Amino acid sequence: MQADAELEVSIDIPEHRKLQVTQGTPDRIFRYIITTGAYFSLAVLAMIAGFLLYRGFQIFSDFGLGFITGAKWDAGSGDETAPAVFGVAAMLVGSLVIAIMAIAIALPFAVISALFLEYYAPLAIRRFLISILDLVAAIPSVIYGIWGYAILMPHVVGWSKSLNSWFGWFPLFDVPAPIFDRSPFVAGVLLALMVLPITTSVAREVYSQAPRDQIDAAYGLGATKWGALRTVVLPFGKSGLIGGAMLGLGRALGETIAVYLVLNLVFKINLQVLASAGGNVASMIATRFGEAGPYELRALMAAGLVLFLLTLVVNALATLIVNRSKVQ
Amino acid sequence: MNFTLASEFESVPHAEPRQPWKNTKLTILRSVFSFTVAAVLAALIAQVTPLAGRLGWFVAMAFTFPAVMAVVAYKRGSRAMADQMVTGIVLIGFTSVMIPWVSIVATVISRGLKAFYVGFLTTDMLVNQPDDPLNMGGVSHAIVGTLIQVLLASVVAVPLGIIAAIYIVEIRGRGAGVVRFFTQAMSGVPSIVAGLFVYATVVVTITHKFNAVAGALALAILMLPTVARTAEEVLKVVSDDLRASSQALGASQVATTFRVVLPTIRSGLITAAVLGVARVAGETAPLLLTSQYFVKFNTNIFDGPMASLPTYIFSSLGVGTDNSVARAWAASAVLLTLIFILFTIARLFGGRNRKSH
Repeated sequence: MQADAELEVSIDIPEHRKLQVTQGTPDRIFRYIITTGAYFSLAVLAMIAGFLLYRGFQIFSDFGLGFITGAKWDAGSGDETAPAVFGVAAMLVGSLVIAIMAIAIALPFAVISALFLEYYAPLAIRRFLISILDLVAAIPSVIYGIWGYAILMPHVVGWSKSLNSWFGWFPLFDVPAPIFDRSPFVAGVLLALMVLPITTSVAREVYSQAPRDQIDAAYGLGATKWGALRTVVLPFGKSGLIGGAMLGLGRALGETIAVYLVLNLVFKINLQVLASAGGNVASMIATRFGEAGPYELRALMAAGLVLFLLTLVVNALATLIVNRSKVQ
Repeated sequence: MNFTLASEFESVPHAEPRQPWKNTKLTILRSVFSFTVAAVLAALIAQVTPLAGRLGWFVAMAFTFPAVMAVVAYKRGSRAMADQMVTGIVLIGFTSVMIPWVSIVATVISRGLKAFYVGFLTTDMLVNQPDDPLNMGGVSHAIVGTLIQVLLASVVAVPLGIIAAIYIVEIRGRGAGVVRFFTQAMSGVPSIVAGLFVYATVVVTITHKFNAVAGALALAILMLPTVARTAEEVLKVVSDDLRASSQALGASQVATTFRVVLPTIRSGLITAAVLGVARVAGETAPLLLTSQYFVKFNTNIFDGPMASLPTYIFSSLGVGTDNSVARAWAASAVLLTLIFILFTIARLFGGRNRKSH
């Protein structure tokens, strides 16, 4: 007993001392300024919500829940014969359909690219490829849009025709008329390309943190590379991948110009993704903004608020998931 | 006791960790062989089936390459076959991801060059219609407009972003987690919402006109998260020893931050700013709602719309004639070049690469 106690004393290592600085006046002012500045970004977020609510409040009080559930968007003629009716349901559904389609297409490719960059690519070109990925993430959406319209759309229309002729019996792939361009499917494919860089880089970062000892153990047990990836890396990266996908979903929900250029705006809830009619909230705001009167402008503000809150929730959840999967 | 144990362990020479997933010569040779066989097979299939052109060959390749890889591994058992098939899928998958991006860059450059002439960078569109012949008019006003608005945005967003990063890393205040979380969440604000917000506040309430400052503010909102994030990563690289030494010499926190920490990472902060600029230089949607587009360079940043490259592209596309669309491609090439140059500058200052050691 005595010996144990002595041993404990000898093991006792002094803790790293926490720095205690007595603050002078300059330091206090410095901290005050920096703290205020840092909270400014929070204030901006609050102000965005506040101002859009303030400007759009009249719409919410005029239409109530009907603004969310109604699909009709009509500025009316300004008198009693044709009153204005505003509802974002069609655009909201359109946003979700396009964004979910984009993620569904992008996710398998993101996983493959992340695995390639982290475990297959030769080390010599790995860094180069990763900076290429950062670079394409910065290609402006208007360039994605012009390319999507001129180059991508003819290809996608071809795929749409094949999908329609083989799976036309399935309600989602049915079309009322054989016009396939400027459809939600085209927008979805284009957005898949646009969210691929961010989803891939999140997935890659998570995969790179997979426990080395477990990978080595898998190899030691005779696993092939795929065996090690399947049993160690993929399960480890699952939650991070979900976070990355949601981050991509947030981007896809808010995309404006690219969608504007490749999608035919129609105010109707349309689930036939191959048909040439659809829309999303962001591109609808850009479309209507130019010709909107004062009352419709308020409706656009209200629509902006709905979009803002939707993307904020998706992004906050995604950030939480990604951060938590990094701590593990 | 722990000390001696630890130091003894340090002195024992231990092997560098190996990378069992690294390719050996044999596996590379096998892949090259499989690739050749699959390429020939795919060409044959593309001849027989309706798949046409280079893309058709590639689609056929997506099936033949993993299949051939698996067949080559047949002798080594089913698990090796699965492994080789996945290798084939991963290689083909990554290549197919690169195709669209190569296509974007190639298309923008080749179509852009068609409408490009020397004067394109030095004239504006004041006396020309978008549909005029392609040796008249240009984007000088849009280039200057973009530069001005992006510069104004940086003046607002770069200090604020760095301040947020200093708060998170240097001060480590109680709200550090909250600030970090919300700056990250802010990066997801849709660009059109930033535009609407500035329109609702600045344009409607204060100036009653579209103007460049409003456009710059909208861009600043989108720029801030990128700057804050990069600056935070760079600040974290600074060793705590440096801060401790400075404080041990009796320096205050202000002096430590401004005379020790920030000068150490000057190049990293430049990277943060440049990445922020690259992020917003191509934004279209917020500018449509705030600074709009005008055919001539506007010298007053508080009054009247101002052109920018993205809105120039957008409005030329809107006109929709052959010549105006050609102009849009040329302007796209200019914009893409600008962004690639910015990216190269950011890489040269190399704030990110420091993370690796």
